[in-house]
Amino acid sequence: MELFRNVNVDWMGKAKYFVAVSLILLAVGWASVARNHWSLNYGIDFRGGTLVYVRFSSAPPLDKIRKGLADAGLPNSSIQQISDISDPSSKNDVVIGLEQQGQGDEALDAGKQKIVDILHNSFGGGEAGKSDFNSITPADLAAYLTQKDPLGLGTNAGDRYNQLAQKLTGARDTSYGGIVSNFDQLKSVDGVTPGVLNSLSSGFSLGDFTIRNVDIVGPKVGAQLRRQAILATLYALGGMLVYIAFRFEWVYGAAAVIAVFHDVLITLGFFSLFHYEISLTVIAALLTLVGYSMNDTIVIFDRVRENLRLMKREPFADIVNKSINQTLSRTILTSGLTFLTVLVLYLMGGEVLRAFAFAMVVGVVVGTYSSFGIAAPIVVLWNKYRGSQGSPVRSGSAAGKREAAVARR
Amino acid sequence: MSSQLTWKFVLILIVILVCLFGIFGMNQNGPTFPTSGAVLKQNLADRIRLGLDLRGGSHLVLQVQVEEAIGQRCDQAIDQLHKQIRDKKIITGEIRRVDDSHILVRDVDPNTSGAFRDLVNNQFTDWSLSPAAGEQNGYLLTMKPSVMADFGKDAMDQSIEVITRRINALGLTEPTIAFTGRGADEILVELPGEGDPTRAKSVIQAGGQLQYNLLADDQTYPSQIAALAAHGGVLPPGSMIVPGSSEAAVPSDQQQVYYILDRAPIITGQDMRGATPEPSTSYPGQYDVKFTLSTAAAARFGPFTESNIGHRMAIVLDSKVHTAPTIQGRIDDSGVITGNFSQQSAQDLSLVLRAGALPASIKYLEERTVGPSLGADSIRAGVRASLGSIIVVMIFLVIYYRLSGVNAVVALILNLLILVAFMAYVGAVLTLPGIAGVILTIGMGVDSNVLVFERIREELRAGKAPAAAVEVGFDRAFLTIIDTHVTTIVSAVFLFLFGTGPVRGFAITLVIGLIANVFTSIYVSRAIFDFHLSRMDRQEQLSI
Repeated sequence: MELFRNVNVDWMGKAKYFVAVSLILLAVGWASVARNHWSLNYGIDFRGGTLVYVRFSSAPPLDKIRKGLADAGLPNSSIQQISDISDPSSKNDVVIGLEQQGQGDEALDAGKQKIVDILHNSFGGGEAGKSDFNSITPADLAAYLTQKDPLGLGTNAGDRYNQLAQKLTGARDTSYGGIVSNFDQLKSVDGVTPGVLNSLSSGFSLGDFTIRNVDIVGPKVGAQLRRQAILATLYALGGMLVYIAFRFEWVYGAAAVIAVFHDVLITLGFFSLFHYEISLTVIAALLTLVGYSMNDTIVIFDRVRENLRLMKREPFADIVNKSINQTLSRTILTSGLTFLTVLVLYLMGGEVLRAFAFAMVVGVVVGTYSSFGIAAPIVVLWNKYRGSQGSPVRSGSAAGKREAAVARR
Repeated sequence: MSSQLTWKFVLILIVILVCLFGIFGMNQNGPTFPTSGAVLKQNLADRIRLGLDLRGGSHLVLQVQVEEAIGQRCDQAIDQLHKQIRDKKIITGEIRRVDDSHILVRDVDPNTSGAFRDLVNNQFTDWSLSPAAGEQNGYLLTMKPSVMADFGKDAMDQSIEVITRRINALGLTEPTIAFTGRGADEILVELPGEGDPTRAKSVIQAGGQLQYNLLADDQTYPSQIAALAAHGGVLPPGSMIVPGSSEAAVPSDQQQVYYILDRAPIITGQDMRGATPEPSTSYPGQYDVKFTLSTAAAARFGPFTESNIGHRMAIVLDSKVHTAPTIQGRIDDSGVITGNFSQQSAQDLSLVLRAGALPASIKYLEERTVGPSLGADSIRAGVRASLGSIIVVMIFLVIYYRLSGVNAVVALILNLLILVAFMAYVGAVLTLPGIAGVILTIGMGVDSNVLVFERIREELRAGKAPAAAVEVGFDRAFLTIIDTHVTTIVSAVFLFLFGTGPVRGFAITLVIGLIANVFTSIYVSRAIFDFHLSRMDRQEQLSI
C-alpha cells in the first residue's frame, strides 16, 4: 500500500501563505492571552496555591460548596467539575482551587484544612464518633481489626489482619474508585466474613466524599519552578542549536530553533484559548513537541544536505522543494501515527494527562507544518540573501561530505 | 545463513533473555524463576518501581531555616566573648548581634585594643575581625564564609538524620528522605501509600527542643509589660521572658501568660535517655510524657532540685513554657511533662524527644498527596492509552508495509521490552509523565521504521535489486535516525539536568527508549531483513 508517490509541489513558492497562516494562528491564540491581561494560564505548580481533588458518592450541589467556601472567607476559590476516566458521564469529581494565601509564615496547608472542614460541615463526615471508612489508611484499619478480632484468631492473628486490611482498602480504591457507599459492597472481598462486615459497620461510618489528591505549592517554590522550567527549555534549545549547527550549517540550526519556538508560541496561545492550565507536566509536553518538531525538521534538512550533493546545478529552492516532496510520504505517515497516538492519549488518558495530551495534539500538527512552512523557507531566504551577496550557503559541513559518499553508492 | 548473521541473532537472543530475566525473573528476594502466573505478577510488581503519582502517597518539600542554626552559633559566640572580655579585663562598650553572622563590638578602650585583637584572632578563629565602619574604636566580627557553609551543611545533615529517625519511628513504609537538589536548604520527604500526611508533617516539624529552666521570681504574668514592670522595667540579669499557657483541665480555658526564667537551662533534651507516654494522674483521660535522664544529668539534677524545693521550674518546649510546676522534692533520674496531651500527641512528643531535636526550625514549601484510588485510576488509564495506541499503530504498520510491517512490529515490541528491562535494572521510577515518555518512544520508533522503509521503497522504485535497496535504505536512514535521535537525547539530557520531578521522569524514559530504539530499528530490523533476503529467490519481490 502506498499513499504518496511522485509528489511535485512547489512548497517554497507558497512560503508567504504559510507565514500568513502562522501569523493568524499566533494572533488567534495570543489575542486570548492579551484578553487575559497578557498573563498565561499558569497552574498552581507555577503560581503557588492549593488544589484539592474531591470525589463525592453522588453529584454534589456546587452551589452548596461555593456557599460554604464563601462563608468561610474563601470567596475567590475556584470550583471545577471534572469527568472521571473510568466513567466519563459521572459528575461526582470536583477540583477546588485556592489562590496562595498571603506570603506570611502561616501553615502551608491552612487552605486545605479549611476546605476539608467546610466539606465536613456541608456534607457531614458520617456519624459522629466513628471514623470514616472512606478515608482510613490500611495501617489504621489493620490496627482496628486486630483490636476487634472479628475472626476470633486471638494471638494467632499474625499477619492476617494486615492482609485483610490491605485487601479491603484495595477493593475500596480500585473497584469502587475510593468511595464505598454500602458495607455490603465489600462482601466479595477475599477473606471477608459476616463477622468482619459487622465489625466494620459498627466501628466505621461511610463518608460522602473522599479526598483523592492534594497539591499545595508555596509561592517561592512556584516562582522557582517557573524559572527552572524556562531555563531547562532554553538550555535544551541551545543544546539542539549547537548540535545541528555542528552537523549542518549554523543557519539550519537557527531556522530549526526559530521553527520550534514558533510551535511553542502557537501551542501556548491555544492553551490560553482553550483554558488549559500550564503545569509541570505540560512543560514536559512542550519539550516533547520541541523534540518532535525538531525531528521532523532534521529529516527534511538531512534530505536537503544529500540532494545538494547530487544536484549541483539546480536552484536552491528547487532542491528544498524536491527534498520536502521526497520525504512527504514519511512525514505524513509518522505525523499521522503520532497524531493518532496522542489523540488516543487525549481521549483515554484521563483528566491528569488531558492537558499534556492537548499540548501534544496541537504540537504534532503545528510541529509538522512548521518544518516545511517555517524552517525550510528561512534557509531558502537566507540562501537568496547570501546569493545576492555572492556566496550562497550550499554545501553542508564535513559531515555532509561523508553522507554524500554514502548517497552516491 | 552466513555466520555473521548467525552471531547477530545470537546477540539479539541474549539481549531478549537478559531483558526477560530483568523484568520477570527476579523479585526482592533475588532470582526466582516464575513458575506460576502469580509469581510472574509478583516479580513484575517488585521490579518496576512506581512513582508516587501512580501508587499514591505524599510528597513533601521542606526548608530548613539554616540561618537560625547559624544565629545560635552567633549567640554562643557573644556569650563567650562577654566572658573572655571580663576575664582578660578588656574594656569595651556594647556588644551587639547585628545579624546572624555579624557581631558589633563598640568602644574598645584603645589601651586594651591590642589584647582584644589577640583574643579574637586566637580564640575566635571562626570569625574575621575588621574595624567597624562609622564607629570610633569599634570592631566588627564577621563569621567566615567557609565556617558558615560548614555550619549550614552540619545543620542540613543533622536535620535529615533527625527527620529520618522520626519517620522511621512512625513506622511508615519505604520512606525517602533526601536533598531535593534544588536549593541547598531543601529536603524532600516521600511517603508512599500515605493518604493523609497531617500527622507525619507535625511530627517532622516539631522542634523537639526541650529544656528545664528555673523561674527567676516564681511568678506568672498576664503580659510582657506586666512582667517587666514587676522588676522596675529592667529584666534581672541572666534572665529572659518566655510565653506559655496557664494550666487548666480543659484546653480551651488556657490563657497566654508570661514567665521570667533563668537563661541557663538546668537540663536539656540531650540529657534525656528515653521518653514514653503514660496516662495522666492529675487529669483523668489525658496523657503525660514520662522521661528518664542520663546518669550524668541525674547527678546534677538530684542536688539541684533538692536545694530548690518550693521554687517553680518551667518545662520549656520549643521556646514555649509547657508547664511550670513547683518542685515538691528531690528528683533524680526521671521526670514528667504534663499538660493536656491526648494519647496520640503524648505518643508523638515522646517519639520526637527520643529522636532528638532539630537544629533549626522547618517550613513546608510544597505538599502533594495522591490518594491510592487516584493512583490506581491513573495507572489503568495510562496503561490502557499506551496499549491502545500501540495496537492501533501496529495494525497500521502491518497493513501499510505488509511483511516488512511485521518486522517493524517485532522491533517495536523489542524496543518496549528493552526500555522496561532497563528501568528495572537501574531501579528507575515509572511515573505518569514517564508513561507519556513511553508513548513518545513508540512514536519515534515508528518514525525510524518509516524512514527506513520509505527509503527502501524509493530505491526499489529507482530500479535497485532488493538486497541493494535494503542496504542503501538502511545506510541512508541510519544518518537521519542518528541525527534525530541525538538531537532529542541532547534535549532530554538537559531536561533531566535542569528539570524537576515529572519532567525528569519523562526525560529518563525518553532517553532509555531512544537508545533502545536505535538498536532495534537499525540492528535488529536489519538482521531480520538480511535473514529474509538470504532465503529469498533472486526474482522475488520484497514485501514492503
